[in-house]
Amino acid sequence: MRDINWVALIVFVLLFGFITWLGFAAAHWRRGDLDLLNEWGLGGRRFGTLIAWFLIGGDLYTAYTFIAVPALAFGTGALAFFAVPYTIIIYPILFIVFPRLWSVSHKHGYITAADFVRGRFGNRWLALAVTLTGIVATMPYIALQLVGLQVVIGGMGFVGEGWVGDVPLIIAFVILAAFTYSSGLRAPAAIAIVKDLLIYITAFAAIIVIPIELGGFGKIFAAVPAQKLLLAVPQGNTTGAYGAYATLALGSALALFLYPHSLTGILSASSSHAVRRNAALLPAYSFMLGLLALLGFMAIAVGVDKLPEYAQGFALFKANFAVPALLLHTFPSWFVGVAFAAIGIGALVPAAIMSIAAANLFTRNIYREFFRAQCTDRQESQMAKWVSLIVKLGALVFILFVPTQYAIQLQLLGGIWIIQTLPAVIIGLYTRWFNAWALLIGWAVGTVLGTIMAASVNFAAMYPLAIGGWTFPSYIALSTLVVNLIVAAVLTPVFNAIADKAKDETLASDYAM
Amino acid sequence: MQSTKPDHGWNWWYLLLLAQFVPALWVPFYNSVEPTWIGLPFFYWFQLVLVFICAAVTAFVYWITEASQQQ
Repeated sequence: MRDINWVALIVFVLLFGFITWLGFAAAHWRRGDLDLLNEWGLGGRRFGTLIAWFLIGGDLYTAYTFIAVPALAFGTGALAFFAVPYTIIIYPILFIVFPRLWSVSHKHGYITAADFVRGRFGNRWLALAVTLTGIVATMPYIALQLVGLQVVIGGMGFVGEGWVGDVPLIIAFVILAAFTYSSGLRAPAAIAIVKDLLIYITAFAAIIVIPIELGGFGKIFAAVPAQKLLLAVPQGNTTGAYGAYATLALGSALALFLYPHSLTGILSASSSHAVRRNAALLPAYSFMLGLLALLGFMAIAVGVDKLPEYAQGFALFKANFAVPALLLHTFPSWFVGVAFAAIGIGALVPAAIMSIAAANLFTRNIYREFFRAQCTDRQESQMAKWVSLIVKLGALVFILFVPTQYAIQLQLLGGIWIIQTLPAVIIGLYTRWFNAWALLIGWAVGTVLGTIMAASVNFAAMYPLAIGGWTFPSYIALSTLVVNLIVAAVLTPVFNAIADKAKDETLASDYAM
Repeated sequence: MQSTKPDHGWNWWYLLLLAQFVPALWVPFYNSVEPTWIGLPFFYWFQLVLVFICAAVTAFVYWITEASQQQ
Protein backbone atom coordinates (compact mmCIF):
# COMPACT_ATOMS: atom_id res chain seq x y z
CA MET A 1 0.00 0.00 0.00
CA ARG A 2 2.67 2.46 -1.06
CA ASP A 3 1.04 4.92 -3.43
CA ILE A 4 -2.37 5.61 -2.03
CA ASN A 5 -4.14 8.48 -3.78
CA TRP A 6 -5.24 10.27 -0.59
CA VAL A 7 -7.33 13.02 -2.17
CA ALA A 8 -9.30 10.55 -4.28
CA LEU A 9 -9.63 8.25 -1.30
CA ILE A 10 -11.01 10.99 0.98
CA VAL A 11 -13.61 12.06 -1.61
CA PHE A 12 -14.51 8.40 -2.16
CA VAL A 13 -14.91 7.74 1.58
CA LEU A 14 -17.00 10.89 2.10
CA LEU A 15 -19.40 9.93 -0.67
CA PHE A 16 -19.52 6.37 0.63
CA GLY A 17 -20.29 7.67 4.11
CA PHE A 18 -23.12 9.74 2.70
CA ILE A 19 -24.78 6.85 0.90
CA THR A 20 -24.33 4.64 3.98
CA TRP A 21 -26.37 7.16 5.98
CA LEU A 22 -28.85 7.38 3.10
CA GLY A 23 -29.19 3.59 2.95
CA PHE A 24 -30.22 3.38 6.60
CA ALA A 25 -32.38 6.51 6.49
CA ALA A 26 -34.25 5.02 3.51
CA ALA A 27 -36.05 2.65 5.90
CA HIS A 28 -38.26 5.63 6.86
CA TRP A 29 -38.88 6.73 3.29
CA ARG A 30 -42.52 6.28 2.23
CA ARG A 31 -42.83 4.35 5.43
CA GLY A 32 -44.25 0.89 5.24
CA ASP A 33 -44.30 -2.19 7.44
CA LEU A 34 -40.92 -3.79 6.70
CA ASP A 35 -42.18 -7.01 8.25
CA LEU A 36 -44.08 -7.60 5.00
CA LEU A 37 -42.13 -9.06 2.08
CA ASN A 38 -44.04 -6.78 -0.29
CA GLU A 39 -42.66 -3.77 1.62
CA TRP A 40 -39.12 -4.99 2.32
CA GLY A 41 -38.60 -6.73 -1.02
CA LEU A 42 -40.55 -4.44 -3.39
CA GLY A 43 -40.66 -1.11 -1.55
CA GLY A 44 -44.44 -1.48 -1.30
CA ARG A 45 -44.77 -1.15 -5.13
CA ARG A 46 -44.90 2.61 -4.69
CA PHE A 47 -42.09 3.99 -6.85
CA GLY A 48 -43.40 6.50 -9.40
CA THR A 49 -41.95 7.12 -12.84
CA LEU A 50 -38.92 9.15 -11.71
CA ILE A 51 -37.78 6.97 -8.81
CA ALA A 52 -38.40 3.86 -10.93
CA TRP A 53 -36.20 5.45 -13.60
CA PHE A 54 -33.30 5.83 -11.15
CA LEU A 55 -33.89 2.43 -9.59
CA ILE A 56 -34.23 0.39 -12.80
CA GLY A 57 -31.44 2.36 -14.46
CA GLY A 58 -29.15 1.81 -11.49
CA ASP A 59 -30.18 -1.83 -11.46
CA LEU A 60 -29.69 -2.75 -15.13
CA TYR A 61 -26.63 -0.65 -15.94
CA THR A 62 -24.33 -2.07 -13.30
CA ALA A 63 -20.86 -1.06 -12.18
CA TYR A 64 -19.51 -4.14 -13.83
CA THR A 65 -21.08 -3.02 -17.11
CA PHE A 66 -19.38 0.35 -16.80
CA ILE A 67 -16.03 -1.38 -16.29
CA ALA A 68 -16.44 -4.37 -18.61
CA VAL A 69 -17.94 -2.77 -21.73
CA PRO A 70 -15.14 -0.18 -22.16
CA ALA A 71 -12.68 -2.96 -21.21
CA LEU A 72 -14.05 -5.04 -24.10
CA ALA A 73 -13.73 -2.02 -26.43
CA PHE A 74 -10.16 -1.56 -25.22
CA GLY A 75 -9.23 -5.21 -25.63
CA THR A 76 -11.41 -6.42 -28.54
CA GLY A 77 -12.78 -3.30 -30.21
CA ALA A 78 -16.04 -2.77 -32.10
CA LEU A 79 -17.73 -5.92 -30.73
CA ALA A 80 -18.15 -4.11 -27.37
CA PHE A 81 -20.63 -1.75 -28.99
CA PHE A 82 -23.18 -4.60 -29.13
CA ALA A 83 -24.21 -3.14 -25.76
CA VAL A 84 -25.90 -0.30 -27.69
CA PRO A 85 -28.26 -2.29 -29.97
CA TYR A 86 -28.78 -4.64 -27.02
CA THR A 87 -29.97 -1.81 -24.81
CA ILE A 88 -32.05 -0.33 -27.65
CA ILE A 89 -34.17 -3.42 -28.23
CA ILE A 90 -34.78 -4.19 -24.56
CA TYR A 91 -37.21 -1.26 -24.42
CA PRO A 92 -39.78 -2.38 -27.00
CA ILE A 93 -39.80 -5.66 -25.04
CA LEU A 94 -40.21 -3.81 -21.74
CA PHE A 95 -43.01 -1.68 -23.20
CA ILE A 96 -45.04 -4.46 -24.78
CA VAL A 97 -44.57 -7.40 -22.44
CA PHE A 98 -43.85 -6.27 -18.91
CA PRO A 99 -46.84 -4.05 -18.11
CA ARG A 100 -48.78 -7.33 -18.36
CA LEU A 101 -46.55 -8.96 -15.80
CA TRP A 102 -46.83 -5.89 -13.57
CA SER A 103 -50.62 -5.97 -13.75
CA VAL A 104 -51.07 -9.67 -13.04
CA SER A 105 -48.48 -9.50 -10.23
CA HIS A 106 -50.19 -6.51 -8.68
CA LYS A 107 -53.54 -8.29 -8.82
CA HIS A 108 -52.31 -11.52 -7.22
CA GLY A 109 -49.52 -10.20 -5.00
CA TYR A 110 -46.77 -11.94 -6.97
CA ILE A 111 -43.26 -10.88 -5.97
CA THR A 112 -41.21 -13.11 -8.27
CA ALA A 113 -41.46 -14.57 -11.77
CA ALA A 114 -41.78 -17.99 -10.16
CA ASP A 115 -44.85 -16.76 -8.23
CA PHE A 116 -46.44 -15.94 -11.56
CA VAL A 117 -45.51 -19.26 -13.16
CA ARG A 118 -46.87 -21.12 -10.11
CA GLY A 119 -50.17 -19.27 -10.36
CA ARG A 120 -50.48 -19.42 -14.12
CA PHE A 121 -49.54 -23.04 -14.71
CA GLY A 122 -50.32 -24.49 -11.29
CA ASN A 123 -47.13 -26.54 -11.40
CA ARG A 124 -44.75 -26.17 -8.47
CA TRP A 125 -41.92 -27.99 -10.22
CA LEU A 126 -41.92 -25.62 -13.17
CA ALA A 127 -41.95 -22.76 -10.65
CA LEU A 128 -39.03 -24.41 -8.86
CA ALA A 129 -37.07 -24.56 -12.12
CA VAL A 130 -37.67 -20.83 -12.64
CA THR A 131 -36.64 -20.18 -9.02
CA LEU A 132 -33.41 -22.17 -9.12
CA THR A 133 -32.42 -20.70 -12.48
CA GLY A 134 -32.98 -17.19 -11.14
CA ILE A 135 -30.93 -17.74 -7.99
CA VAL A 136 -28.08 -19.53 -9.74
CA ALA A 137 -27.88 -16.92 -12.52
CA THR A 138 -27.90 -14.06 -10.02
CA MET A 139 -25.12 -15.26 -7.70
CA PRO A 140 -22.19 -14.77 -10.11
CA TYR A 141 -23.71 -11.46 -11.18
CA ILE A 142 -23.45 -10.20 -7.59
CA ALA A 143 -19.88 -11.45 -7.45
CA LEU A 144 -19.02 -9.45 -10.58
CA GLN A 145 -20.34 -6.27 -8.97
CA LEU A 146 -17.78 -6.79 -6.24
CA VAL A 147 -15.14 -7.09 -8.98
CA GLY A 148 -16.13 -3.60 -10.17
CA LEU A 149 -15.65 -2.38 -6.62
CA GLN A 150 -12.31 -4.18 -6.34
CA VAL A 151 -10.99 -2.52 -9.49
CA VAL A 152 -11.68 1.04 -8.31
CA ILE A 153 -10.33 0.31 -4.83
CA GLY A 154 -7.22 -1.02 -6.55
CA GLY A 155 -7.14 2.15 -8.66
CA MET A 156 -6.81 4.24 -5.52
CA GLY A 157 -3.71 2.35 -4.50
CA PHE A 158 -5.03 -0.47 -2.33
CA VAL A 159 -3.40 -3.35 -4.15
CA GLY A 160 -1.62 -6.56 -3.27
CA GLU A 161 -0.39 -6.96 0.33
CA GLY A 162 -2.43 -10.10 0.96
CA TRP A 163 -5.57 -9.90 3.11
CA VAL A 164 -5.00 -6.24 4.05
CA GLY A 165 -5.76 -5.35 0.44
CA ASP A 166 -9.17 -6.99 0.83
CA VAL A 167 -10.19 -4.95 3.89
CA PRO A 168 -11.84 -2.07 1.94
CA LEU A 169 -13.91 -4.56 -0.06
CA ILE A 170 -15.02 -6.29 3.14
CA ILE A 171 -15.98 -2.94 4.73
CA ALA A 172 -18.01 -1.96 1.66
CA PHE A 173 -19.67 -5.36 1.76
CA VAL A 174 -20.62 -5.06 5.44
CA ILE A 175 -22.18 -1.64 4.75
CA LEU A 176 -24.12 -3.08 1.82
CA ALA A 177 -25.34 -6.06 3.82
CA ALA A 178 -26.41 -3.95 6.79
CA PHE A 179 -28.47 -1.36 4.95
CA THR A 180 -30.09 -3.94 2.69
CA TYR A 181 -31.08 -5.95 5.75
CA SER A 182 -32.59 -2.98 7.53
CA SER A 183 -34.17 -1.00 4.66
CA GLY A 184 -34.84 -3.55 1.92
CA LEU A 185 -35.44 -2.23 -1.60
CA ARG A 186 -35.84 1.34 -0.35
CA ALA A 187 -32.08 1.51 0.28
CA PRO A 188 -30.91 0.87 -3.30
CA ALA A 189 -33.76 3.06 -4.60
CA ALA A 190 -32.53 6.02 -2.56
CA ILE A 191 -28.86 5.37 -3.25
CA ALA A 192 -29.50 4.89 -6.97
CA ILE A 193 -30.43 8.57 -7.25
CA VAL A 194 -27.01 9.65 -5.94
CA LYS A 195 -25.16 6.99 -7.88
CA ASP A 196 -26.82 7.74 -11.20
CA LEU A 197 -26.20 11.48 -10.89
CA LEU A 198 -22.52 10.78 -10.16
CA ILE A 199 -22.29 8.38 -13.11
CA TYR A 200 -23.86 10.89 -15.51
CA ILE A 201 -21.45 13.61 -14.31
CA THR A 202 -18.50 11.26 -14.78
CA ALA A 203 -19.57 10.06 -18.21
CA PHE A 204 -20.24 13.52 -19.62
CA ALA A 205 -17.08 15.02 -18.10
CA ALA A 206 -15.02 12.19 -19.58
CA ILE A 207 -16.62 12.37 -23.01
CA ILE A 208 -16.01 16.14 -23.21
CA VAL A 209 -12.63 16.58 -21.51
CA ILE A 210 -10.70 13.60 -22.84
CA PRO A 211 -11.37 14.14 -26.58
CA ILE A 212 -10.37 17.82 -26.18
CA GLU A 213 -7.11 16.78 -24.54
CA LEU A 214 -6.44 14.18 -27.20
CA GLY A 215 -7.23 16.49 -30.12
CA GLY A 216 -10.71 15.25 -31.09
CA PHE A 217 -12.40 11.95 -31.96
CA GLY A 218 -10.65 11.88 -35.35
CA LYS A 219 -7.27 11.51 -33.65
CA ILE A 220 -8.60 9.03 -31.10
CA PHE A 221 -9.98 6.68 -33.76
CA ALA A 222 -6.88 7.13 -35.93
CA ALA A 223 -4.97 5.48 -33.08
CA VAL A 224 -7.31 2.45 -33.02
CA PRO A 225 -5.93 -0.52 -35.02
CA ALA A 226 -8.04 -1.40 -38.09
CA GLN A 227 -9.10 -4.82 -36.74
CA LYS A 228 -10.59 -3.17 -33.65
CA LEU A 229 -12.23 -0.24 -35.45
CA LEU A 230 -15.02 -2.19 -37.18
CA LEU A 231 -16.43 -5.70 -37.18
CA ALA A 232 -14.65 -8.07 -39.55
CA VAL A 233 -16.61 -8.42 -42.81
CA PRO A 234 -17.71 -12.08 -43.12
CA GLN A 235 -15.84 -14.03 -45.82
CA GLY A 236 -17.29 -17.12 -47.53
CA ASN A 237 -20.21 -19.17 -46.23
CA THR A 238 -20.57 -17.63 -42.81
CA THR A 239 -22.46 -14.86 -41.08
CA GLY A 240 -19.23 -14.22 -39.17
CA ALA A 241 -18.90 -11.26 -36.85
CA TYR A 242 -22.18 -9.76 -38.10
CA GLY A 243 -24.18 -12.76 -36.91
CA ALA A 244 -22.25 -12.84 -33.67
CA TYR A 245 -22.93 -9.17 -32.99
CA ALA A 246 -26.65 -9.33 -33.81
CA THR A 247 -27.37 -12.59 -31.95
CA LEU A 248 -25.42 -11.37 -28.91
CA ALA A 249 -27.52 -8.20 -28.82
CA LEU A 250 -30.82 -10.04 -29.39
CA GLY A 251 -30.13 -12.91 -26.98
CA SER A 252 -28.93 -10.56 -24.25
CA ALA A 253 -32.01 -8.39 -24.72
CA LEU A 254 -34.41 -11.35 -24.46
CA ALA A 255 -32.63 -12.55 -21.32
CA LEU A 256 -32.33 -9.24 -19.47
CA PHE A 257 -35.78 -8.82 -17.99
CA LEU A 258 -35.93 -12.46 -16.96
CA TYR A 259 -33.21 -11.82 -14.38
CA PRO A 260 -34.74 -11.63 -10.91
CA HIS A 261 -33.22 -8.21 -10.17
CA SER A 262 -34.74 -6.72 -13.36
CA LEU A 263 -38.14 -8.03 -12.37
CA THR A 264 -37.83 -6.73 -8.82
CA GLY A 265 -37.15 -3.28 -10.28
CA ILE A 266 -40.15 -3.47 -12.61
CA LEU A 267 -42.57 -4.82 -10.01
CA SER A 268 -41.62 -2.07 -7.54
CA ALA A 269 -43.06 0.57 -9.92
CA SER A 270 -46.31 2.16 -8.81
CA SER A 271 -48.24 1.39 -12.00
CA SER A 272 -47.96 -0.33 -15.35
CA HIS A 273 -48.00 3.15 -16.87
CA ALA A 274 -44.86 4.04 -14.94
CA VAL A 275 -43.22 0.95 -16.48
CA ARG A 276 -44.21 2.12 -19.98
CA ARG A 277 -43.02 5.66 -19.44
CA ASN A 278 -39.70 4.24 -18.37
CA ALA A 279 -39.38 2.31 -21.62
CA ALA A 280 -39.12 5.71 -23.31
CA LEU A 281 -36.97 7.33 -20.59
CA LEU A 282 -34.47 4.60 -19.72
CA PRO A 283 -32.68 4.78 -23.11
CA ALA A 284 -30.84 7.79 -21.61
CA TYR A 285 -28.76 5.16 -19.82
CA SER A 286 -28.15 3.31 -23.10
CA PHE A 287 -26.75 6.49 -24.59
CA MET A 288 -24.48 6.95 -21.59
CA LEU A 289 -23.33 3.33 -21.83
CA GLY A 290 -22.43 3.97 -25.48
CA LEU A 291 -20.40 7.01 -24.45
CA LEU A 292 -18.64 4.98 -21.77
CA ALA A 293 -17.82 2.30 -24.35
CA LEU A 294 -15.98 4.99 -26.29
CA LEU A 295 -13.70 5.43 -23.24
CA GLY A 296 -12.16 2.10 -24.21
CA PHE A 297 -10.97 3.62 -27.48
CA MET A 298 -9.68 6.69 -25.67
CA ALA A 299 -7.69 4.35 -23.42
CA ILE A 300 -6.19 2.82 -26.58
CA ALA A 301 -5.31 6.29 -27.90
CA VAL A 302 -3.62 7.27 -24.63
CA GLY A 303 -1.93 3.88 -24.43
CA VAL A 304 -2.66 3.55 -20.72
CA ASP A 305 -1.46 -0.03 -20.62
CA LYS A 306 2.02 1.07 -21.61
CA LEU A 307 2.36 3.70 -18.89
CA PRO A 308 4.56 2.34 -16.08
CA GLU A 309 2.42 3.82 -13.28
CA TYR A 310 -0.51 1.58 -14.25
CA ALA A 311 1.48 -1.60 -14.91
CA GLN A 312 0.54 -3.06 -11.54
CA GLY A 313 -3.17 -2.34 -12.05
CA PHE A 314 -3.15 -4.00 -15.48
CA ALA A 315 -1.25 -6.97 -14.11
CA LEU A 316 -3.96 -7.46 -11.49
CA PHE A 317 -7.15 -6.51 -13.31
CA LYS A 318 -6.17 -6.87 -17.00
CA ALA A 319 -8.34 -4.85 -19.44
CA ASN A 320 -10.79 -4.05 -16.63
CA PHE A 321 -8.22 -1.52 -15.45
CA ALA A 322 -8.47 0.50 -18.70
CA VAL A 323 -11.18 2.92 -17.49
CA PRO A 324 -9.76 3.51 -14.00
CA ALA A 325 -6.32 4.10 -15.56
CA LEU A 326 -7.75 6.52 -18.11
CA LEU A 327 -9.58 8.46 -15.39
CA LEU A 328 -6.45 8.56 -13.20
CA HIS A 329 -4.40 9.72 -16.17
CA THR A 330 -6.81 12.51 -17.18
CA PHE A 331 -8.52 13.98 -14.14
CA PRO A 332 -7.41 15.71 -10.94
CA SER A 333 -7.49 13.47 -7.89
CA TRP A 334 -10.67 14.90 -6.39
CA PHE A 335 -12.60 14.14 -9.56
CA VAL A 336 -11.09 10.66 -9.70
CA GLY A 337 -12.60 10.23 -6.23
CA VAL A 338 -16.02 11.26 -7.54
CA ALA A 339 -15.76 8.97 -10.58
CA PHE A 340 -14.54 5.99 -8.56
CA ALA A 341 -17.27 6.57 -5.99
CA ALA A 342 -19.78 6.55 -8.86
CA ILE A 343 -18.52 3.15 -9.98
CA GLY A 344 -18.16 1.82 -6.42
CA ILE A 345 -21.63 2.94 -5.34
CA GLY A 346 -22.79 1.73 -8.75
CA ALA A 347 -21.74 -1.74 -7.62
CA LEU A 348 -23.71 -1.58 -4.39
CA VAL A 349 -27.07 -0.65 -5.96
CA PRO A 350 -27.43 -3.67 -8.26
CA ALA A 351 -25.75 -5.95 -5.70
CA ALA A 352 -28.38 -4.94 -3.14
CA ILE A 353 -31.26 -5.43 -5.59
CA MET A 354 -29.88 -8.76 -6.80
CA SER A 355 -29.55 -10.09 -3.26
CA ILE A 356 -33.07 -8.92 -2.44
CA ALA A 357 -34.39 -10.57 -5.61
CA ALA A 358 -32.63 -13.85 -4.84
CA ALA A 359 -33.91 -13.68 -1.26
CA ASN A 360 -37.48 -13.09 -2.46
CA LEU A 361 -37.19 -16.13 -4.74
CA PHE A 362 -35.81 -18.42 -2.05
CA THR A 363 -38.33 -17.30 0.55
CA ARG A 364 -41.44 -17.32 -1.59
CA ASN A 365 -40.79 -20.20 -3.93
CA ILE A 366 -38.67 -22.63 -1.90
CA TYR A 367 -39.13 -21.91 1.83
CA ARG A 368 -42.84 -21.12 1.74
CA GLU A 369 -43.71 -23.45 -1.13
CA PHE A 370 -41.89 -26.56 0.06
CA PHE A 371 -41.13 -26.17 3.76
CA ARG A 372 -43.32 -23.72 5.65
CA ALA A 373 -46.60 -23.20 3.82
CA GLN A 374 -48.12 -21.82 7.04
CA CYS A 375 -45.41 -19.27 7.80
CA THR A 376 -46.57 -15.81 8.87
CA ASP A 377 -45.85 -12.70 6.82
CA ARG A 378 -43.38 -11.67 9.49
CA GLN A 379 -41.50 -14.98 9.32
CA GLU A 380 -41.46 -14.76 5.54
CA SER A 381 -39.97 -11.28 5.58
CA GLN A 382 -37.44 -12.24 8.27
CA MET A 383 -36.32 -15.27 6.26
CA ALA A 384 -35.81 -13.06 3.19
CA LYS A 385 -33.62 -10.68 5.20
CA TRP A 386 -31.41 -13.53 6.36
CA VAL A 387 -31.17 -15.03 2.89
CA SER A 388 -30.13 -11.66 1.45
CA LEU A 389 -27.19 -11.74 3.89
CA ILE A 390 -26.24 -15.30 3.02
CA VAL A 391 -26.39 -14.59 -0.71
CA LYS A 392 -24.05 -11.61 -0.37
CA LEU A 393 -21.69 -13.50 1.89
CA GLY A 394 -21.50 -16.22 -0.73
CA ALA A 395 -20.63 -13.65 -3.41
CA LEU A 396 -17.92 -12.11 -1.20
CA VAL A 397 -16.33 -15.46 -0.40
CA PHE A 398 -16.42 -16.30 -4.10
CA ILE A 399 -14.62 -13.11 -5.08
CA LEU A 400 -12.01 -13.36 -2.33
CA PHE A 401 -11.10 -16.99 -2.85
CA VAL A 402 -11.95 -17.97 -6.42
CA PRO A 403 -10.22 -16.51 -9.51
CA THR A 404 -12.32 -13.77 -11.15
CA GLN A 405 -12.30 -15.75 -14.39
CA TYR A 406 -14.72 -18.29 -12.91
CA ALA A 407 -17.18 -15.60 -11.89
CA ILE A 408 -17.10 -14.24 -15.45
CA GLN A 409 -17.66 -17.71 -16.92
CA LEU A 410 -20.51 -18.41 -14.51
CA GLN A 411 -22.13 -15.09 -15.31
CA LEU A 412 -21.92 -15.96 -19.00
CA LEU A 413 -23.57 -19.32 -18.29
CA GLY A 414 -26.14 -17.46 -16.18
CA GLY A 415 -27.30 -15.60 -19.29
CA ILE A 416 -27.71 -18.90 -21.15
CA TRP A 417 -29.63 -20.41 -18.23
CA ILE A 418 -31.94 -17.52 -17.47
CA ILE A 419 -33.18 -17.23 -21.07
CA GLN A 420 -34.52 -20.79 -20.78
CA THR A 421 -37.27 -19.44 -18.51
CA LEU A 422 -38.59 -17.23 -21.33
CA PRO A 423 -41.24 -19.68 -22.60
CA ALA A 424 -42.78 -20.09 -19.14
CA VAL A 425 -42.57 -16.44 -18.09
CA ILE A 426 -42.92 -14.27 -21.21
CA ILE A 427 -44.96 -16.56 -23.47
CA GLY A 428 -46.90 -17.54 -20.36
CA LEU A 429 -48.08 -13.94 -20.12
CA TYR A 430 -49.89 -14.37 -23.43
CA THR A 431 -50.99 -17.97 -23.63
CA ARG A 432 -51.38 -21.10 -21.57
CA TRP A 433 -51.20 -23.25 -24.67
CA PHE A 434 -47.92 -24.86 -23.56
CA ASN A 435 -48.19 -27.72 -21.11
CA ALA A 436 -46.24 -27.08 -17.88
CA TRP A 437 -44.43 -30.44 -18.04
CA ALA A 438 -43.44 -29.79 -21.66
CA LEU A 439 -42.10 -26.38 -20.61
CA LEU A 440 -40.15 -28.04 -17.82
CA ILE A 441 -38.53 -30.53 -20.18
CA GLY A 442 -37.82 -27.77 -22.73
CA TRP A 443 -36.15 -25.77 -19.95
CA ALA A 444 -34.04 -28.76 -18.93
CA VAL A 445 -32.97 -29.53 -22.51
CA GLY A 446 -32.08 -25.89 -23.20
CA THR A 447 -30.11 -25.59 -19.96
CA VAL A 448 -28.12 -28.79 -20.40
CA LEU A 449 -27.47 -28.21 -24.10
CA GLY A 450 -26.42 -24.59 -23.52
CA THR A 451 -24.01 -25.60 -20.79
CA ILE A 452 -22.45 -28.33 -22.96
CA MET A 453 -22.12 -25.98 -25.94
CA ALA A 454 -20.51 -23.26 -23.81
CA ALA A 455 -18.10 -25.74 -22.26
CA SER A 456 -17.16 -27.07 -25.71
CA VAL A 457 -16.00 -23.61 -26.82
CA ASN A 458 -14.11 -22.99 -23.58
CA PHE A 459 -16.84 -20.80 -22.04
CA ALA A 460 -17.15 -18.31 -24.85
CA ALA A 461 -20.56 -16.81 -25.64
CA MET A 462 -20.51 -17.84 -29.30
CA TYR A 463 -20.96 -21.28 -30.79
CA PRO A 464 -20.35 -21.78 -34.52
CA LEU A 465 -23.48 -23.59 -35.73
CA ALA A 466 -22.81 -25.51 -38.94
CA ILE A 467 -25.93 -25.92 -41.09
CA GLY A 468 -25.88 -27.02 -44.75
CA GLY A 469 -22.40 -25.81 -45.61
CA TRP A 470 -22.91 -22.48 -43.79
CA THR A 471 -21.50 -21.48 -40.46
CA PHE A 472 -23.53 -19.29 -38.14
CA PRO A 473 -21.53 -18.09 -35.15
CA SER A 474 -24.34 -17.27 -32.76
CA TYR A 475 -25.00 -16.52 -29.12
CA ILE A 476 -25.59 -19.85 -27.38
CA ALA A 477 -28.48 -18.44 -25.34
CA LEU A 478 -30.42 -17.72 -28.51
CA SER A 479 -29.82 -21.00 -30.34
CA THR A 480 -30.63 -23.11 -27.28
CA LEU A 481 -33.79 -21.08 -26.65
CA VAL A 482 -35.00 -22.18 -30.09
CA VAL A 483 -34.36 -25.84 -29.16
CA ASN A 484 -36.16 -25.29 -25.85
CA LEU A 485 -39.21 -23.89 -27.64
CA ILE A 486 -39.31 -26.71 -30.20
CA VAL A 487 -39.11 -29.36 -27.46
CA ALA A 488 -41.85 -27.66 -25.45
CA ALA A 489 -44.10 -27.31 -28.52
CA VAL A 490 -43.65 -30.92 -29.62
CA LEU A 491 -44.23 -32.37 -26.14
CA THR A 492 -47.23 -30.19 -25.28
CA PRO A 493 -49.83 -32.31 -27.17
CA VAL A 494 -48.25 -35.45 -25.73
CA PHE A 495 -48.58 -34.28 -22.11
CA ASN A 496 -52.02 -32.82 -22.74
CA ALA A 497 -53.12 -36.29 -23.85
CA ILE A 498 -51.87 -38.08 -20.72
CA ALA A 499 -52.48 -35.56 -17.94
CA ASP A 500 -55.13 -33.05 -16.97
CA LYS A 501 -54.10 -29.43 -16.98
CA ALA A 502 -53.79 -27.83 -13.57
CA LYS A 503 -55.89 -24.84 -12.69
CA ASP A 504 -54.94 -21.34 -13.85
CA GLU A 505 -55.58 -18.87 -11.01
CA THR A 506 -55.26 -15.83 -13.29
CA LEU A 507 -58.00 -14.34 -15.47
CA ALA A 508 -57.60 -12.70 -18.86
CA SER A 509 -58.63 -9.36 -17.36
CA ASP A 510 -55.84 -9.53 -14.74
CA TYR A 511 -53.31 -8.75 -17.46
CA ALA A 512 -54.95 -5.57 -18.69
CA MET A 513 -53.37 -2.25 -17.86
CA MET B 1 -58.39 3.37 -16.01
CA GLN B 2 -59.75 -0.15 -16.08
CA SER B 3 -60.69 -0.88 -19.67
CA THR B 4 -63.88 -2.81 -20.30
CA LYS B 5 -62.68 -4.10 -23.65
CA PRO B 6 -60.97 -7.49 -23.62
CA ASP B 7 -57.21 -6.96 -23.58
CA HIS B 8 -55.19 -9.25 -25.82
CA GLY B 9 -52.00 -7.39 -25.02
CA TRP B 10 -51.69 -6.23 -28.59
CA ASN B 11 -52.08 -2.91 -30.36
CA TRP B 12 -51.14 -2.34 -33.98
CA TRP B 13 -49.02 0.66 -32.95
CA TYR B 14 -46.64 -1.88 -31.36
CA LEU B 15 -45.41 -2.67 -34.87
CA LEU B 16 -43.58 0.64 -34.69
CA LEU B 17 -41.80 -0.63 -31.59
CA LEU B 18 -40.89 -3.95 -33.16
CA ALA B 19 -39.58 -2.11 -36.23
CA GLN B 20 -36.76 -0.84 -33.99
CA PHE B 21 -35.23 -4.31 -34.11
CA VAL B 22 -34.44 -3.95 -37.82
CA PRO B 23 -32.00 -1.02 -37.87
CA ALA B 24 -30.54 -2.08 -34.52
CA LEU B 25 -29.71 -5.61 -35.67
CA TRP B 26 -28.99 -5.04 -39.40
CA VAL B 27 -25.24 -4.94 -38.87
CA PRO B 28 -24.03 -4.70 -42.54
CA PHE B 29 -25.87 -1.40 -42.84
CA TYR B 30 -23.77 0.39 -40.25
CA ASN B 31 -20.48 -1.49 -40.19
CA SER B 32 -18.47 1.26 -41.93
CA VAL B 33 -16.15 4.14 -41.08
CA GLU B 34 -17.64 6.64 -43.56
CA PRO B 35 -19.46 8.96 -43.26
CA THR B 36 -17.68 10.13 -40.13
CA TRP B 37 -19.20 12.78 -37.86
CA ILE B 38 -16.96 14.96 -35.65
CA GLY B 39 -14.34 12.27 -36.14
CA LEU B 40 -16.60 9.40 -35.01
CA PRO B 41 -16.85 6.51 -37.48
CA PHE B 42 -20.39 5.85 -38.79
CA PHE B 43 -20.52 2.55 -36.87
CA TYR B 44 -20.42 4.42 -33.56
CA TRP B 45 -22.40 7.57 -34.16
CA PHE B 46 -25.18 5.81 -36.05
CA GLN B 47 -25.87 3.48 -33.14
CA LEU B 48 -25.74 6.34 -30.63
CA VAL B 49 -28.18 8.41 -32.70
CA LEU B 50 -30.41 5.34 -33.05
CA VAL B 51 -30.81 5.29 -29.26
CA PHE B 52 -32.55 8.67 -29.44
CA ILE B 53 -34.65 7.85 -32.47
CA CYS B 54 -35.93 4.64 -30.90
CA ALA B 55 -36.64 6.38 -27.57
CA ALA B 56 -38.64 9.01 -29.46
CA VAL B 57 -40.61 6.32 -31.29
CA THR B 58 -41.35 4.59 -27.98
CA ALA B 59 -42.50 7.89 -26.47
CA PHE B 60 -44.76 8.46 -29.50
CA VAL B 61 -46.31 5.00 -29.15
CA TYR B 62 -46.79 5.67 -25.45
CA TRP B 63 -48.76 8.87 -26.07
CA ILE B 64 -50.88 7.42 -28.81
CA THR B 65 -51.77 4.17 -27.04
CA GLU B 66 -52.47 5.88 -23.71
CA ALA B 67 -54.66 8.42 -25.49
CA SER B 68 -56.67 5.70 -27.23
CA GLN B 69 -57.18 3.90 -23.89
CA GLN B 70 -58.67 6.97 -22.26
CA GLN B 71 -61.50 7.04 -24.78
